[in-house]
Amino acid sequence: MSEVGTEVKILVIDEQEVSAHAGQTILEVARENDIHIPTLCYLEGLSNVGACRLCLVEIKGSSKLTPACVTTVQEGMEVSTNSERLTRHRRTILELLFAERNHICSVCVANGHCELQSLGQELGLTHVRLPYRNPDLPVDASHERFTADHNRCILCTRCVRVCAEIEGAHVWDVMGRGVNCTIITDLHEEWGKSTCTRCGKCVQVCPTGALFDKSKIGSEHPKYPDFLPFLNMMREAQ
Amino acid sequence: MSQTITIDPVTRLEGHGKITIHLNDQGKVENAYFHVTQVRGFERFSEGRPFYEMPSLMARICGICPVSHLIASAKACEAIMSVRIPHTAAQLRRMLNLAQMVQSHALSFFYLASPDLLLGMESDPKVRNLLGLAAAKPELGRAGVGLRRFGQSMIELLGSKRVHPGWVVPGGVTEPLSAEKRDKILAMLPEAYAGIGLALDAYKQIADNFKKEIEVFANFPSNYLSLINEDESIAFTDGALRLIDANGATIEDGMTATRFTEVIGEAVEPYSYTKFAYYKPLGYPDGSYRVGPLARLNIVKQMGTRRAEKELLEFKQLAAGPVASSFHYHHARLVEILYGIEKIEEILTDPLILDTHVRATAGVNRLEGAGQAEAPRGVLHHHYKVDDDGKMIWSNLVIATGQNNNAMNRGVLQVARNYIRDGKFTEGILNRVEAVVRTFDPCLSCSSHALGQMPLHISLVSADGDELDRIARG
Repeated sequence: MSEVGTEVKILVIDEQEVSAHAGQTILEVARENDIHIPTLCYLEGLSNVGACRLCLVEIKGSSKLTPACVTTVQEGMEVSTNSERLTRHRRTILELLFAERNHICSVCVANGHCELQSLGQELGLTHVRLPYRNPDLPVDASHERFTADHNRCILCTRCVRVCAEIEGAHVWDVMGRGVNCTIITDLHEEWGKSTCTRCGKCVQVCPTGALFDKSKIGSEHPKYPDFLPFLNMMREAQ
Repeated sequence: MSQTITIDPVTRLEGHGKITIHLNDQGKVENAYFHVTQVRGFERFSEGRPFYEMPSLMARICGICPVSHLIASAKACEAIMSVRIPHTAAQLRRMLNLAQMVQSHALSFFYLASPDLLLGMESDPKVRNLLGLAAAKPELGRAGVGLRRFGQSMIELLGSKRVHPGWVVPGGVTEPLSAEKRDKILAMLPEAYAGIGLALDAYKQIADNFKKEIEVFANFPSNYLSLINEDESIAFTDGALRLIDANGATIEDGMTATRFTEVIGEAVEPYSYTKFAYYKPLGYPDGSYRVGPLARLNIVKQMGTRRAEKELLEFKQLAAGPVASSFHYHHARLVEILYGIEKIEEILTDPLILDTHVRATAGVNRLEGAGQAEAPRGVLHHHYKVDDDGKMIWSNLVIATGQNNNAMNRGVLQVARNYIRDGKFTEGILNRVEAVVRTFDPCLSCSSHALGQMPLHISLVSADGDELDRIARG
């Protein structure tokens, strides 16, 4: 959610001339113009953190790759969202995600409805060239309705943001650094004993099978994160 | 000089194993072993997972009988939840399990066993397979493929996937049956009936050609174990276990899944990764028993469907008491296919079959639960322990192949002793050693819950331990 101004900026994305409001991000403008940029941590209705780096784009005149979700548009900018270099980087990021924890699609509740899995397919990921870390991670099944399986978490922090920004409960947060990073409830208490309001928004926005509804085991478990922009719109209208 | 024959891998089995035959100085068979040579560790890596994930996790043990694992596992989970599943869910599961039994038996009979039966034990090994059978007896080849397709298509219609459907869950099933799917299944029945009719006729015609094999194919008195309904009819997903002795007298009846753990032990032999199940009060190996189609038909008093009932009566004529030769597993399998198709038809006419109440929900209400079902190849038992959050802390699976393990080993020895003379043997003789194992239709991957590959080997070992001959395939 960026602060959008009234001033109009003209820029080029993938050789297509587009107009945007000042303050809009490259990703927002690209989506408005049906230009696809892959994302994982981004979700319409939540703040942007630029955590997953999948939305990296090339900007003419800069040797660096820039995350489209947190970069605001500039007049005359020339953006490229698709190149061999970008695909290579995006695929490597996915391989790192798959190698980091234990993603076993065949027995995962999110199989067929997983954003990580879909991106793997979209980017033609057939192998992971890195050795799997196979970490021994816990499953928190203490909650009456939901389960958190840290094996499948990609640390996108959507759950943390939706809980703090939309539900206003801020039960979820991140603990640790680097490879030891993990999402926690309250001050690292069990989810079932936390101050969770049981609204289930975190489950709906989780892109993988890391947070899931216990009653959905064995069945299709699609997630419905599209409620967020509407929720925001209704709140603003009040 | 003594010697050892190794058959490695044993072919036309589900999974990978080898056979060794040990000869003494006079060239006589001293001993013979059937080795299961793989390890998998499902019991270990399910630790820490939520119990309600177990059915879909455990189904991955096997691609042939995932439904049996789904059902035994779901029943163990329901014991933990302390729920009784809705009537329609139970009927739908019964039907799914029967569909799997039909396709698995069709695989065993047509794809794996019938090349020996219909082309001959001594026939050219190059054409002694399904393709050779299809060339020689095209109608039977088609019937076999058709029956497998029938079972697999039904599983796909009900569970949306042919292998490892996720439809069976603790508490019931996820989706009710639609009228459209019911009608599709009904439309498949006539072809299935025709296929099994053809197979039964063909089998009865050739059975007499195998008098010698019938005499020595694991033909010995033993105990038998299977599920049975209260009305003494055949059961696959219901009822309780009954153990009978070689004369047909009941040793123990009404064995629930909880009781199973108390009375069935598992022995370990150094030459195989598959355990050897036995009835504890009789000890090992006296308490060994056979399971599967032969055991089921020996134990039940009625099938409960019209045409299969007639076939059961005919089957029971094979012997005065329980039918002891494992060769007759093939016959029993065909009778069960017929029963399966009839029962599916009966279930589809249940007025409540389209009911939408198909799932009971509950949390953890007990910290331990066990479930049992009849897999195509015999009794399957799942036993779980969980913590207060429902996370798995311990599990044990007892698989049909482990329960038949002792009988299979005795069968291999019996066949080897009867056919191998003065250390001399032919390819056809070794094929018979493999064929006796095939009668049990063992699933080696299930039995060791193991990872990896296991094509079968046969080796001939001398008394000095030297390997004299070896047949390896795979």
